[in-house]
Amino acid sequence: MAEPIPPASAPPGVAGAEVLVLVAHPELEQSRVNSRLLRDARALQAGDATRRYDVRDLYALYPDYLIDVAAEQQALAAARLVVWQQPVHWYGMPPLLKLWLDDVLAFGWAYGPGGTALRGKDLWLVATTGGPEDSYRPDSYNRYFFDAFLPPYEQTAALCGMRFLPPLLLHGAHKASDAEIANHAGAYTARLADYPRWPELAEVAECIACDVPLTARPMENLAEEAA
Amino acid sequence: MDPDSWLLGGLVYLGAAVIAVPVAKFLGLGSIIGYLGAGILIGPWGLKLVTDPKDMLHFAEFGVVLMLFLVGLELEPQRLWSLRKPIFGWGSLQLFGSAALLAAAAMAFGLDWRLAVVASFGLALSSTAIGLGVLAERNLMATSSGEGVLSVSLLQDIAAIPILALLPFLAVAAGTSDGGGWLGAAKAIGTIAIVILGGRLLLRPALRWVAKSDSPEIFTAASLLLVVASAALMDRVGLSMALGAFLAGVLLAESEYRRELETDIEPFKGLLLGLFFIAVGMSIDFAVVRERPFVIAAVVAGFLVVKAAVLWAMARAMPVPKPERPVFVILLAQGGEFGFVVFQTAAQAGVITAPVSSLLVAAVAISMLLTPLLLVAADRWLIPLLAGSKKARLAEISEPQHARVIIAGSGRYGQIVGRMLFANGITPTILDHDAEAIEGLRRFGWRAFYGDATRLDLMRTAGAAEASLLVLAIDDIEQSVDVARMVRENFPALTIVARARNVQHFYELHELGVAFIERETFDSALMSARSALEHLGWQPHQARNLALRFRRYNIAQLHQMAPHRKDEAKLMAAARQGRQQLEELFALERQQAAERQARAGWSAGAEPPATSGSS
Repeated sequence: MAEPIPPASAPPGVAGAEVLVLVAHPELEQSRVNSRLLRDARALQAGDATRRYDVRDLYALYPDYLIDVAAEQQALAAARLVVWQQPVHWYGMPPLLKLWLDDVLAFGWAYGPGGTALRGKDLWLVATTGGPEDSYRPDSYNRYFFDAFLPPYEQTAALCGMRFLPPLLLHGAHKASDAEIANHAGAYTARLADYPRWPELAEVAECIACDVPLTARPMENLAEEAA
Repeated sequence: MDPDSWLLGGLVYLGAAVIAVPVAKFLGLGSIIGYLGAGILIGPWGLKLVTDPKDMLHFAEFGVVLMLFLVGLELEPQRLWSLRKPIFGWGSLQLFGSAALLAAAAMAFGLDWRLAVVASFGLALSSTAIGLGVLAERNLMATSSGEGVLSVSLLQDIAAIPILALLPFLAVAAGTSDGGGWLGAAKAIGTIAIVILGGRLLLRPALRWVAKSDSPEIFTAASLLLVVASAALMDRVGLSMALGAFLAGVLLAESEYRRELETDIEPFKGLLLGLFFIAVGMSIDFAVVRERPFVIAAVVAGFLVVKAAVLWAMARAMPVPKPERPVFVILLAQGGEFGFVVFQTAAQAGVITAPVSSLLVAAVAISMLLTPLLLVAADRWLIPLLAGSKKARLAEISEPQHARVIIAGSGRYGQIVGRMLFANGITPTILDHDAEAIEGLRRFGWRAFYGDATRLDLMRTAGAAEASLLVLAIDDIEQSVDVARMVRENFPALTIVARARNVQHFYELHELGVAFIERETFDSALMSARSALEHLGWQPHQARNLALRFRRYNIAQLHQMAPHRKDEAKLMAAARQGRQQLEELFALERQQAAERQARAGWSAGAEPPATSGSS
């Protein structure tokens, strides 16, 4: 349901931006990689006159965890590429990004009957992990290859009719050298700037249709949706 | 008094008070001087409307009794207990110190030692009525000078009893003691014990029983009865009536009826106290004054100076903050109603002669008349001077400050902001105009300065040009807006975080371009609303969500209405519409939630409604 509340606390986004970058890091002040990525994305936005980018730092916008759903849906509506830039915490997303999903990706809007607002868009996960790449192995302390933690993301995209693009990952973010971080940030912004002219996009399958039959959910209650 | 004169008396007293007090207030002299003036005017030396003021003085003394009851009501037993040192320490020092100095001076002038002792004790006593009356009028009860005045007054109330009891022994012709001294003391202690015990055990149930009768006038009657009874009981065993009433007040300070008692007694106290001052005005014997004007002037000036010197030394040692000292000294320097009694008793006992007694009574009455005048003078000239010298001493802000944050106003609001910053390693520069608060803050290591934040030069010295943030927490709306305007004009780079007392204040700051404004009670009220919802069965997290959304909506409304802020009608209409919209929105959500539950086949849970989140 659209809120009649005018966006007083809701930040005015970049209307009609094609690339929507959602940054979620609960302790940005301690971050090396994500803060750098955010800064560079911001710089990209600032240096672009065509208003192609909208970079939204969720923890700065909603420090009280009160998400302005109308403003967020409005920002999503115009975008072609949606970026989730986040550290991986406990094998998943930071809590505010999860709350953003719960609140913003509403039944009847993002999925379910009439929920076509996101159909055809691309979702790109840009994530960092504290553990090094070789810790994500059956014989190491994370016990699974990192791919094993991605299905919730992929399926979220699929349910909304979005393509899940190959994620951009930086493992071992704590120990990354300055040069590595600079490299990584460079690759990130180059990708943002080049979209949609990515060579691998041709290989990404069109999104799977996941139509939810009406009978499957008598409940609109999002809390039940997680199951 | 025959019935006619009774009516006439009422007419005269009330008429004089109703005319004289507003006039005195209008002239900036305070109500006490108005009453005193009214007394002189209608008394034997004025229009002669009343010729015998003694009876009235006696009757009106009950005003002092009621006042002490009210003072007692404000003083819980623990606080009284914590005041025991000032009462017995500083109080004794004032009484015996002043009396000793006065007696020495009197004997140096060659007076008989008996006369010297009587006069010095009589003059060393101060007027509780004036002291506490002015404290209440000026709302100074909670300050250190107020506590000082209260302590000294209480000690005098206690000490007046033995003074009166011992007077006869000074008489040359007085017979030996009748041996009743010990018995009297035992009786007195026994009575105090009875009042305390009775008060603890019986008063509250009795009041509860009376309150149950549900007739307000009976409760008022019970309140008065309570005061009269405790006063009479004390009087019976030779203790001060006022002391009894005070004790009863203290015993009820913690009871649930405290406020009711206060509101019931307050008007009686005010009127009787006024009557008391009128009676004092009437009893100034201008015949004596006319006969020996220079002697009286010398006595008044002499004892005022001696007492003031003792009090000033006490104020320095206690310490009472400098700007409060004149009030402290003036409120205790004058003679008091107990002095009248002392001199009368002494004259009856033959210790002093009747002419001397009326001379001393006149001196005391004149000193009481002088007190409000001295206060006015001190307010005009002395206190600004002291505050000024204090400012100069504290505001050595000539040394420029360089903190990142300046806090203007260190009251309840600014202090919390400051503490939070301090806890996070930022030491702000604090500006305040309350010298006492500054000294307190400095003791805790704050950089606090005396200063008027509306002054450009002071703000510059405080570092406004380089600071990045000004926390504007001044509680005076006008000053707050002045500061905001001045800062916006002269330091546009300085971000302002402001406290708004109310919506209009919010708008004024908003128009000046203040970036961050919080209405001071808004968020605490929302927290209470949350608690209320939780208590009514809402889930805590849902109550939180609702409160936060209400907050966002309300702030959005506030901004929307900003253009209409000077158009009252439009503002009201917009506010009403906003409230309606929000209520409809929340109602719609409740309904949708109920429908979802129904579709899901849940048993229709009645209250509370479980709505989903904010979507």
